[in-house]
Amino acid sequence: MKKIYGSASEALDGILFDGMKIAAGGFGLCGIPELLLAAIRDAGTKELTFASNNAGVDDFGIGILLQTRQVKKMISSYVGENAEFMRQYLSGELELEFTPQGTLAERMRSAGCGIPGFYTRTGVGTVIAEGKEEKVFNGETYILEEGIYADLSIVKAWKADESGNLVFRKTARNFNPPAAMCGKVCVVEVEEIVPTGSLDPDSIHLPGVYVHRIIQGDHEKRIEQRTTRAA
Amino acid sequence: MWDRNQMAARAAMELEDGTYVNLGIGIPTLVPNFIPEGVTVTLQSENGMLGMGPFPIAGEEDADLINAGKQTITEVAETAYFDSATSFGMIRGGKIAMAILGAMEVAQNGDLANWMIPGKLVKGMGGAMDLVAGVGRVVVVMDHTNKHGVSKLIPACTLPLTGKGVVDRVITNLGVLDVVEGGLKIVELAEGVTEDELRSATEATIVD
Repeated sequence: MKKIYGSASEALDGILFDGMKIAAGGFGLCGIPELLLAAIRDAGTKELTFASNNAGVDDFGIGILLQTRQVKKMISSYVGENAEFMRQYLSGELELEFTPQGTLAERMRSAGCGIPGFYTRTGVGTVIAEGKEEKVFNGETYILEEGIYADLSIVKAWKADESGNLVFRKTARNFNPPAAMCGKVCVVEVEEIVPTGSLDPDSIHLPGVYVHRIIQGDHEKRIEQRTTRAA
Repeated sequence: MWDRNQMAARAAMELEDGTYVNLGIGIPTLVPNFIPEGVTVTLQSENGMLGMGPFPIAGEEDADLINAGKQTITEVAETAYFDSATSFGMIRGGKIAMAILGAMEVAQNGDLANWMIPGKLVKGMGGAMDLVAGVGRVVVVMDHTNKHGVSKLIPACTLPLTGKGVVDRVITNLGVLDVVEGGLKIVELAEGVTEDELRSATEATIVD
């Protein structure tokens, strides 16, 4: 089966629907599926729930879908650096489910592994634990967190081969593998598609079994905080 | 009284050779400047990296290489990259020996509040709740009082908690205190600070 598509819009054709839940990779603006997000904006799909560590900035990342009011709910650990997000949240237009960063990653990973819930110490005794089942293991209290099952995963990798095996680059890997694993369909954008057989099988970061559709494109890869030292 | 750099230098003395450590934003980011001679630690960045190097020189910034504060950084010889689930697996799994982080309030029972002020802009807890619940030892570095002169070391936190009973040691501009049975114990006084001064700046119970 051919996994490679000509554009982000083609790769999303027939998948998008109003009210769907989307898991997106990326940390801040690093390793975000910027081309697929733009294509979702162009498609005009509404009432979206996004599981994503962050919400981008006002004019990049998920921020572009906030501008067009396509997002109903965010499941995130940190949403600073986005004025439009705050405006919509404080006015009640946007729902927000704060989830600790590691719990968010595990909620994605576990769902992708067929594990619908797991116990963690993270958040015990805080507002995060309210309404959640508690259980004591070896004298320590844990809370039950549930997996995130998404309708669609959108992720960004560095390279893919034609069979969908993925390689990420440096800290741009971040949430991309767990986000890729938890969706019914996973669409990936990469900087380069290489022939099957040209990636070292021992160096594949995410096997193609998780990947359904791939596009190659030019990425802006915006830097959020450019920090340098004296030469 | 210690300044920011002296507090960071004191925090650096907490580092144990050969361990893996996570540093929060603010004063903790100054800690690597003061790592004692003969001590080698590997810095973890929870967005998916062990072996964090300094900021790049201008022109060598890489959009794919940032720290948890979203700043451009560099790699070092022992650097390894991994995904966020693996990163928090090593945090939750107790493989990271220590976290050094800032705080808004620390209670005498070790409760920590550093992520949310109700009624003010809420940005989120990021990885702080996972870190304080998972790492071996939590060291807080913060000013002893807030900008109104009110103690940040208090009997019970008033702000929403990041973690319950998680703090082991607090380093402030006035000295070093440990969380022990019944309250806080003075470990060390900053230069030029008397015990009476530290006690009068502290609302939390201090035990001997």
